[in-house]
Amino acid sequence: MTTPSLGRAAGPSLQQRRQKAAFWFLAPMLIALFCVAAWPLLRTIWFSFTDATLSNLYDAKWIGFDNYLQVRTLSSGRTVLRGTLVDPAWWNAVWNTVRFSLVSVAFETVFGLIVALVMNAQFRGRALVRAAILIPWAIPTIVSAKMWGWMLNDQFGIINDILLNLGIISQKIAWTANIETAMTAVLIVDIWKTTPFMALLILAGLQMVPRDIYEAARIDGVHPVKVFFRVTLPLIKPALMVAVIFRILDALRIFDLVYVLTPNSAATKTMSVISRENMIDFDKFAYGAAQSTLLFAIIAVFVSLYIWLGRVDLSGDRS
Amino acid sequence: MKINGIRSGLSALAILAATSAPAAWAEELSYVSGAVGNAIENFKKTVKPWEDATGHTVTIVPMPASTSDQFAQYRLWLAAGTADIDLYQTDVIWAPQLADHFVDLTEAAKDLIPQHFESVIASQTVDGKLVALPLFTDAPALYYRSDLLEKHGKAVPETWADLTRVAQEIQEAERAEGNADLWGYVWQGNAYEGLTCNALEWVKSAGGGQIVEPDGTISINNENAVRALEVAKEWVGTISPPGVMSYMEEEARGVWQTGNAVFMRNWPYAFSLSNGDDSAVKGKFDVAPLPSGGEGSAATLGGWNVAVSKYSTKQEAAISLALYLAGIEGQKATALNNSNLPTITALFDDPEIAQQVPLIPRWKPVFEQAVPRPSAPTKGKYNEVSARFWSAVHQTLSGDGSAAENLELLELDLDDLKGSGW
Repeated sequence: MTTPSLGRAAGPSLQQRRQKAAFWFLAPMLIALFCVAAWPLLRTIWFSFTDATLSNLYDAKWIGFDNYLQVRTLSSGRTVLRGTLVDPAWWNAVWNTVRFSLVSVAFETVFGLIVALVMNAQFRGRALVRAAILIPWAIPTIVSAKMWGWMLNDQFGIINDILLNLGIISQKIAWTANIETAMTAVLIVDIWKTTPFMALLILAGLQMVPRDIYEAARIDGVHPVKVFFRVTLPLIKPALMVAVIFRILDALRIFDLVYVLTPNSAATKTMSVISRENMIDFDKFAYGAAQSTLLFAIIAVFVSLYIWLGRVDLSGDRS
Repeated sequence: MKINGIRSGLSALAILAATSAPAAWAEELSYVSGAVGNAIENFKKTVKPWEDATGHTVTIVPMPASTSDQFAQYRLWLAAGTADIDLYQTDVIWAPQLADHFVDLTEAAKDLIPQHFESVIASQTVDGKLVALPLFTDAPALYYRSDLLEKHGKAVPETWADLTRVAQEIQEAERAEGNADLWGYVWQGNAYEGLTCNALEWVKSAGGGQIVEPDGTISINNENAVRALEVAKEWVGTISPPGVMSYMEEEARGVWQTGNAVFMRNWPYAFSLSNGDDSAVKGKFDVAPLPSGGEGSAATLGGWNVAVSKYSTKQEAAISLALYLAGIEGQKATALNNSNLPTITALFDDPEIAQQVPLIPRWKPVFEQAVPRPSAPTKGKYNEVSARFWSAVHQTLSGDGSAAENLELLELDLDDLKGSGW
């Protein structure tokens, strides 16, 4: 009776105990994530099916899919479609956002790669350059948007002044006001701001590449351009793909830059901007919530497509 | 035990000291207002006598210059029922949309109400509830450079066609003389509430109605309105800088006050600023009513009011401040410091105001005939109506569709928005 039984029969195995412990260590994080991410998301999705307004959030009635699409019959017998899915303003915003994301991420990747390659080289004062290049990323977006707004100003902006003195343009350009240049202005500022972020992530990937591969290539007399495309690029591809995902996620929900630099311009209005406008300015909270939900869905689709097409390894197990 | 006893004795003493001296019971109020021109500095001057008399203090919370942004922030705060802000400075058009969140001031202001213009009080009354007290009213002016007009032998333009011609001629002549940065006319063309005001003036003065008429009919799609927008479209890039499409009040004033514009459309606040010591146009300008488009001059009715939040925990002090600011003393200080138009009838005849800000007595008839924006008939949907209108105008002016096409679409949009009634 007093003989101690064997450990295996006495209780959960070591593996089980470790899993249990891991769960308790993870629990606070999971709870925090649920509170700050999942709950607001679920609330927003719920609001999108109601008739909530900002002054009447808690007594909202369930109205089904009406905010997305509804068929209404007018007194004259004519039927019309209403809702976000047939709202031209919404689709204009979707197109703006997608265009902005693709162009900005493409430029940032190329520039980021160049900057990372330069920073990866051995030269004096490298640490200083690395710190300095991060400054645009460190400045709050509102501040940089305001700063660029002044620099791009048509009357006293320095950009116009420089271009005019260099003889590149003959007349001052109203960058943020003109519908043809407004998107370019937003793109310039975003690329300026986010290239350092891209460069940093790519640099991290570059530093993982073993030096001896380059040495071997040099001994074999391979052309440096070929080395870049055959050695460097394949080896940093995983880091590059993850960096691009981060940027796409970020670019698809762009808000602050557009809101400050070109407020209310139909040429640059993005999904986030139009959803905020409906929620707050027009007191159509539920309609804005429906647009937020669609924004979430669009981002989810984009990222899944990207992961699937690029076979990105997010777990980091493969090496 | 002993220590505890001493402690509670001390705190009781403190409470006693505080309650037995009501004059020393100083509240700290938060007042939120847009920051345009010198408004913030001058507000501090204006409230100083009230602070000295009551012992309360006021902290001003500045807001962005764009009224559309201000409104969004107000709506968020009020929807959340915040007690952090006690008083809100509100635009004349906001009363119907925010009425539920403010204290009814009818009873508190019953002695003050008869001193004000009836129309202004009426604009702040929603279903019999006085939502806000008027601080000042606004009716825009055509600022012109008297020195340049004299030099080139031109009269002050009375129609928009005159203005276009005079601005063009002076601009060309001055540029030929080396004044390369000079523009003919600056105004507010950014896509925001200010463009609604500007465009309403063009349309109304050309006999094109006021977007939505007082009885609720949508009147914007008509030939006169189309014509008015086509005239304005010609300005962009010729007599107005292309950047005017992103100008708000302060950007326009920036061009004007550095001496780079012949004409400017702006509110009276720019009058004293343009006459300031750091102004390049000091003593070289004057104001006139806005030009006519054939059906008389039209000025959009503006104006700002003070409302007391019903979520404030210091309502008594807040109401006292609102009464002071809307009273004769507060309005006179605002008129003298900011060249804002008072809403107290008697102040238009005040000799001190007439001497320091000669614009004000001259502006009484302009204000009396000012055109209200359609905030009353469109009620809670006014913001969206205004946003659709300024978008249609902004598109037209930037060459995205013709005036006729855009106004036709606007009519359709407004019709949808109206549904079975506003």
